[in-house]
Amino acid sequence: MVRFILKRLLQVIPVFIGTTLLVYYMVFALPGDPIAALFGDRQPPQAVIDTLRSQYHLDQPFWVQYGLFLQNLFTFNLGNDFTGQPIAGSLARVFPVTAMLAVEALAIQAIFGVAFGVFAGLRRGGWFDSTVLVVSLVVIAVPTFVLGFVFQLVFGVQLGWAKPTVGANADWGSLLLPAVVLGLVSFAYVLRLTRASVSENMNADYVRTATAKGLSRPRVVIAHILRNSLIPVVTYLGANLGGLMGGAIVTEGIFNVPGVGNKLYQAVLRSEGPTIVSIVSVLVLVFVVANLLVDLLYAWLDPRIRYDQ
Amino acid sequence: MRFTRTSKALGMVAIAALALTGCGAGGGSNDGASQSAGDPNKVITAYSNEPQNPLLPANTNEVYGGRVVELLFEGLRSYDANGKPVNSLAESIESPDAQNWTIKVKQGQKFTNGEAITAKTFVDSWNFAANSKNLQNNGFFFESIEGYADVSAVTTATAADGKKTTTPAPTAETMSGLTAKDDSTLTVKLAQPEADWSLRLGYSAFFPLPSAALADPKTFGENPVGNGPYKFEKTGAWVHDQSISLVKNADYSGPRESKNGGVTFKFYTDPGPAYTDLQGNNLDVTDVLPSNALKTYVTDFQDRNSTKAVATNSTLNIPGYNPNFQGEAGKLRRQALSYAINREEIAKVVFNGTRTPAKAFAPPVIDGFKEGLKGSEVLKFDAAKAKDLWAQADKIQPYDKSKPLQIASNTDGGNKEWIDAVANGFKNNLGIQAEIQPFAKFAEVLNLRKSQSLPGLSRAGWQGDYPSLYNFLGPVWATGASSNYEKYSNPQFDKLLQEGLAAKTTDEANAKFNQAQEVLFEDLPGLPLWDQARPIVWSENVVKAETGWNGGILYYNITAK
Repeated sequence: MVRFILKRLLQVIPVFIGTTLLVYYMVFALPGDPIAALFGDRQPPQAVIDTLRSQYHLDQPFWVQYGLFLQNLFTFNLGNDFTGQPIAGSLARVFPVTAMLAVEALAIQAIFGVAFGVFAGLRRGGWFDSTVLVVSLVVIAVPTFVLGFVFQLVFGVQLGWAKPTVGANADWGSLLLPAVVLGLVSFAYVLRLTRASVSENMNADYVRTATAKGLSRPRVVIAHILRNSLIPVVTYLGANLGGLMGGAIVTEGIFNVPGVGNKLYQAVLRSEGPTIVSIVSVLVLVFVVANLLVDLLYAWLDPRIRYDQ
Repeated sequence: MRFTRTSKALGMVAIAALALTGCGAGGGSNDGASQSAGDPNKVITAYSNEPQNPLLPANTNEVYGGRVVELLFEGLRSYDANGKPVNSLAESIESPDAQNWTIKVKQGQKFTNGEAITAKTFVDSWNFAANSKNLQNNGFFFESIEGYADVSAVTTATAADGKKTTTPAPTAETMSGLTAKDDSTLTVKLAQPEADWSLRLGYSAFFPLPSAALADPKTFGENPVGNGPYKFEKTGAWVHDQSISLVKNADYSGPRESKNGGVTFKFYTDPGPAYTDLQGNNLDVTDVLPSNALKTYVTDFQDRNSTKAVATNSTLNIPGYNPNFQGEAGKLRRQALSYAINREEIAKVVFNGTRTPAKAFAPPVIDGFKEGLKGSEVLKFDAAKAKDLWAQADKIQPYDKSKPLQIASNTDGGNKEWIDAVANGFKNNLGIQAEIQPFAKFAEVLNLRKSQSLPGLSRAGWQGDYPSLYNFLGPVWATGASSNYEKYSNPQFDKLLQEGLAAKTTDEANAKFNQAQEVLFEDLPGLPLWDQARPIVWSENVVKAETGWNGGILYYNITAK
């Protein structure tokens, strides 16, 4: 077990270097001078521009810039962004917000997706099943930004149930509306995965045995059907957590959530290599850890899976 | 000049507006129905975004930091809603010859930390801002003062690969022209007479700074202490990437007395959510509308919108290094291009009537603006004349048709639509191929302009720093000026500008500046396109909002319901 975890963690190193190198190079290759772009038609004195340029090592060749970035990273000093703010500080501000949003969205899709999926799967072909299938198809078909705008306008502006945007001081309550929007599409997938899995496992031999043994219906459903049906769902949810962290750019933009997506968007607009790569580095770590957790969950869900052999 | 990358990204459309021809104030907002007394203690919320620099007046040259700095500080003068400078910390500003200025500073004025403001405060603040070592973005605002060259000196080193690097190397710490005779008397000697110099004193670069700012500007800029109508709500009132909270400064006694309890600037990376917030009354006022709302804001916010002409204009620049536009033929072609643009129609159709066709190289809201300058008839659409002039030019020197005429621009913010319209005008009326040369980012266009390598034309814009004709001519068209990227140069134009600056009265100066504009109309280094106005909308929580001469919202004038 320990060896398995260590092996997986060692895999992070090449993944990490590969992604940061690639992303850093892409930012480097963006056309236009990012320092000149900070200012408009009226540029500041040349000395200001040149000082800024050397301060951010923009006058250095690519490999020197990337090397300095790695060196900073390993000494836990991410440096400053182009507005002079410490990058570490802004990461510490944006990641908790997005983590809250992602966890809330994940909880919504996991709880409602699995519950609805189980009900639909148990009564396959029933009215609930049919309704849920149609509704989830609609949800999958509608792009997130459309859902976002519609929810914002209906619940935020017309009904006034929630504030239209999140803004400063994000908390669980204010993040609920964007979390619903963010979680909705994956909710539909989780629901469909669970439904398919449950209805398949319902006819399995061990379910018949469990029922024949005289176990209660809830026990059969929860301990036998559900547990065995969860493996594909957990895989999906695990992969999705990373996606929720990094892929919330659209949702965060619509609801003005001061999170990772918004920060990344601004950093891209400003061609701020170090900020972009710092955010991406943390996202890589989140992805790797989430996938590791998923793998470890397999062993718990299905004791036949073992990692030490 | 205050364009941020964001405002560029939103482009000109975001700040476009329904400019009512010949009428400054407009919109459907001036009915007296909603003029209730209001609550002077309520805090209002306003659209903004993360400032790019620590909040130091002389370092802030972008719009989102600028609006905060202008509320936190008060200068010798301030501008009223129409751009007229009024004395604020200055009791009197006098000069017998437009070169030696004596400014009487009001006594008893204090920063919110209790530090007194005297003539010496201004001397120290301005010397700090002008010193090249301090790397202040607005340092060049002091260039007229005698001794500026010494404190702002730099050295330029050339590396082996030919790259030049400029480093600060001041040879003096103080400007020789700047002295505090006593606590209340500030004398300024300019390097040469400049009649409009005192107009600048309301600009943020000239604001006074407390001693803490000079000692540690970076720390100070995080929690600035000023003397303006507002102050920081508390240490750390600037929550990065989220908001800045200001509260009323009760000790303030200037012309911009606050009518509300405070202003909280909420940061938005995109104007779309802010617009939705306003519809839900979750935000009180915005001056940046999403481009898709430009057609609907008047109906979405009935009686809660206003559109006022602002000191911002747009031009289409023609680089002098383009072989097609040189000599006598080039001159005729530039005129032909200008005649071939149907400004009226584009302003109406593409901008939904949210711009006014340009009448000169400066917008009408600027004092001294004059319509019908000699040569300004080229701004009228005249297809026949355009064709005729183009044909005349072809007789002198044939037009190189191998490549289409390209108009360089960033394509975000709705720029593509009007450039397509202009290019179609060239195609239909002159029979030449014309197209947009699209770029994803403003910085790419700027690079081409700075390096003198534009293949065709380029769009350009100018927002006034202070309400003066000179500000629309000097920095943009004078030889070697900071924003004269196409390197236009005409000694006669430069001479007229200098004469204008040396004039004894503002009227005399403006007359010279208008003569200088006639030189520009003769040369047409750029084609004036249109002047902008700024639409703003406000929520049901506030009584009314209005913009000043430069399009900035007068936050202190907003009353909460």
